[in-house]
Amino acid sequence: MNTPLMAVALAFVVVCATVAVLCREPVRQALVLAAMGLGLSVLFAVLQAPDVALSQLAVGTALTPLLILLTVRKVSRRSAPEPARAAQDPDGPAPGGRPAPRPDGGNEGTGR
Amino acid sequence: MTARARLLMFAAAAAVIAVFFAVACTEMPSFGGASHPYGDRAVAAALAHRTANVVSSVNFDLRAFDTLGEESILFGTVLSATLLLRLARDERRRPAASERVLPTTRLFGVILLPVALVVGVYIVAHGQLSPGGGFQGGVVLATALHLGYVAADYRVLEKVRPLAVLDVADSIAAGAFVAMGAAGLAAGGAFLKNVLPLGTFNRITSGGTVPLLNAAVGVEVASGVIVLLAHFLDQAVEITGTDEPTQEDH
Repeated sequence: MNTPLMAVALAFVVVCATVAVLCREPVRQALVLAAMGLGLSVLFAVLQAPDVALSQLAVGTALTPLLILLTVRKVSRRSAPEPARAAQDPDGPAPGGRPAPRPDGGNEGTGR
Repeated sequence: MTARARLLMFAAAAAVIAVFFAVACTEMPSFGGASHPYGDRAVAAALAHRTANVVSSVNFDLRAFDTLGEESILFGTVLSATLLLRLARDERRRPAASERVLPTTRLFGVILLPVALVVGVYIVAHGQLSPGGGFQGGVVLATALHLGYVAADYRVLEKVRPLAVLDVADSIAAGAFVAMGAAGLAAGGAFLKNVLPLGTFNRITSGGTVPLLNAAVGVEVASGVIVLLAHFLDQAVEITGTDEPTQEDH
């Protein structure tokens, strides 16, 4: 058994999982999730579970972050015209008081 | 239920689970030890059915019924995504424009797409022999196809994924799993019983029903994931609500 590699992979997974929880922006969360999936698949591989490592690599690193990024892109595009309405609303937050939803939602990974 | 009552209920349940979990953990074999009671039995059962990959033997032979459940979950997910993400009355489809791609990106896609497809087919086909199987290979196949989107544009991806065919393939593969289970019931007296000739150990035809069930899951996962991603991609790329800006951001 490869104990040092196991310890490094385990620590990496714990750090990534904590960052994914603390990070509040879905796009960054998806990217951290992909990194965590990579760490998990390395961990599974050194723990002699190659079948699970393959599943984790395909689903956790590629598929789930992709689905999250596509959803974020769709949702953020739908809420794009919102800042104009919020500025007119006297009860709403001040126009500069909150970060305006970016129309392109930081879709670095979904588009091109 | 008030927040306080919820918290109390959670604390009580968590305390019970924590105590029993801690007690159970003291009885567990030590990490990385030599004692593997379940592993020894699973390996013996897999060898008896001449299946080289013990994990596939567990998935498609010993506990094939569990896999039927998992496969049905994926099928249900794809079905509900298809239902929920259909074109609504206040939405319209704006055909994706053709786009320019960096030559290096295109080269990367042209080289990698066939390699990825072959890897996917290999992982599915050798599921009963080496690590991998229908699920892993299916996801690899499905994501490999999307290299066409990365290396070209959305119109190319739409050409290489015949959604109507994949919808039918998904359903047929899901049905084939159940049909093979029923065949086992008719021929051997138990649902999903491994009734086929077991073949020679470590050959691609070995394992009786394992390669067949594995292939059914491979087809189902590959087509199901492509359909699932297609609906998500359609929503993100092509379908816009009437209140959304028509100017697309790229």
